[in-house]
Amino acid sequence: MGGAWLQFVAGGLTAGAIYALVALGFSIVYNASHAINFAQGEFVMAGGMSAVSLVGMGLPLWAAVPLAVAAAALVGLLVQRLALEPAQAGGRADVVTLIIITIGVSLFLRGAAQVLWDKGIHPLPSFSGSTPITVGGASIVPQSLWVLGGTALAVLVLAWFFNRTLYGKAMRAAAVNPLAAQLMGVSTRGVMRTSFALAGALGALGGVLTAPITFTAYDVGVMLGLKGFAAAMLGGLGSFGGAVAGGLLLGLLESFGAGVISSAYKDALAFVVILAVLFLMPGGLVGARRTERV
Amino acid sequence: MPVAQSVSDRGAASGVAKVSSVFTSRVGALAALALVLVALPFALPNTYFYEIAILVALNAIVCVGLNLLIGYAGQISLGHAGFYALGGYGSAILASNYGWPVWLAMLTSVAAVGVLAWLIGRPTLRLKGHYLAMATLGLGVIISIVLTNEDRLTGGPDGMPVPALVVFGQALSGEKTWYPIIAVALWLTVWYALNLIDSPIGRALRALHGSEVAAETVGIDSARWKLRVFVQSAVIAAIAGVLTAHYAGFITPAKSSFLHSVELVIMVVFGGMASIWGAVVGAAVLTMLPQFLTTLKDYEMMVFGAVLVATMVFFPRGIVPTLARLFGRG
Repeated sequence: MGGAWLQFVAGGLTAGAIYALVALGFSIVYNASHAINFAQGEFVMAGGMSAVSLVGMGLPLWAAVPLAVAAAALVGLLVQRLALEPAQAGGRADVVTLIIITIGVSLFLRGAAQVLWDKGIHPLPSFSGSTPITVGGASIVPQSLWVLGGTALAVLVLAWFFNRTLYGKAMRAAAVNPLAAQLMGVSTRGVMRTSFALAGALGALGGVLTAPITFTAYDVGVMLGLKGFAAAMLGGLGSFGGAVAGGLLLGLLESFGAGVISSAYKDALAFVVILAVLFLMPGGLVGARRTERV
Repeated sequence: MPVAQSVSDRGAASGVAKVSSVFTSRVGALAALALVLVALPFALPNTYFYEIAILVALNAIVCVGLNLLIGYAGQISLGHAGFYALGGYGSAILASNYGWPVWLAMLTSVAAVGVLAWLIGRPTLRLKGHYLAMATLGLGVIISIVLTNEDRLTGGPDGMPVPALVVFGQALSGEKTWYPIIAVALWLTVWYALNLIDSPIGRALRALHGSEVAAETVGIDSARWKLRVFVQSAVIAAIAGVLTAHYAGFITPAKSSFLHSVELVIMVVFGGMASIWGAVVGAAVLTMLPQFLTTLKDYEMMVFGAVLVATMVFFPRGIVPTLARLFGRG
């Protein structure tokens, strides 16, 4: 019995770590532009698929993984530069307009992936073998540890960046009050570009880490994007700690839900969570009560 | 078009540009739409084109309703495909699994969707911001998953057959029978939407869109009006869904997908928010575009995405309001 529970926890945390990475991407972009970036899931796909291709070209994993993450960061930067910036340039762009643009971008990226690669499902070799480790009656694939470790590292680096570096603090300042930050010499345009590059890199990291377990395809971004969004909502949109907590909690909920209730409705749980959060605690787990100034 | 002419003259007298007033005036738009809908069958060479015309009209019905919500109440729904499909499925299940008369199944299904929308909208529309988008996103995906998984009721991923609507002992089927029915439904939807906008509800909504705080200080209960419009737009989507199901004789869960919800929002925004005419044009262009893009095969999705981004960048207000402005100036 204990083994089964441990198995659920391990599986849930592994999936949850990926949701956390995607949710962090949502929150970073939300803070910079108040838009919900529906192309976030496509960054996950771009990372996973690039890594598969690079390994296919004969590159070793240790070189392919950082290159794939860098490629997705570049894609994120280009999305902001080529698709969103021109719309923001004409003064105050409506948030709805920005959201629709990101939906267009997600279709474009998914279509491009279908042309660049194919509609098939691609595996990535595990980082360190695939013999499961048995811990207290639960068997855990080594890749799970890579997922958890990689996510933890990414979260630590982000925490350092946003709390300790000048540019990270500038980005937080721009999120709180763009005009005041601009007056202090922060380039909001630069902040938005950096945000998208970061969101791209985080998504891609998730895609690369999970590709050996769940495999990857041109359309994996759709569901991952939506669930990452649910995780960000659960934690409180815009909060980094909330995104991580929301992701892990959602992963655990899904894992236990699939094991205890019904596996057919596993995918629905994330969306039940969205509704529950909205009805019961619209600010999310760590969301502050906000009052609007008139 | 004598009616449109006289209306545009009145528009010119009040200083509004001539051409654009045809699009914005109520009578002119309705007369023009009726003319197009009546004239269209003469231009349609075969049933394939009838099929596309019906598809355009059905999407236009949903979009006109959705535009009331997006353009006038300033809220997005990312789950309208869910309401649309649920309308169709509800009617199909009641009629074929429980043997209800088709007309009663249709009405009950539409009413049930209205109640569901009310239950979702009531708590979320009290919150400020775009929370309705998130709630409808969640609801839409849940509906889609339930329709796919409850295969005993819904036939699962393969879909289910829908009994035909019988009127005076005559089962209605075929494109040429359904075109007039759906054309009339579209015209009535547009007529209803135009009247709604000019009614006290419409004025309240426009005030809300301008400034919610200012509207509330003059006694407009913003949550209540938004809720009413949301429920109405969901009911309109359900009506289109019911019509689609009984016209096509078959329904699949693909109708309820998140992607379909997104497509509907795109049609509204592409055509022009807060423009009834824009919703119709958006539905028409984006329903027909994929028919042309199929020649592009694998590039279809990529081109669709690029067209969408370009439209939003260059015409952020949508096609129809942008063109109307251009003509208005010239």
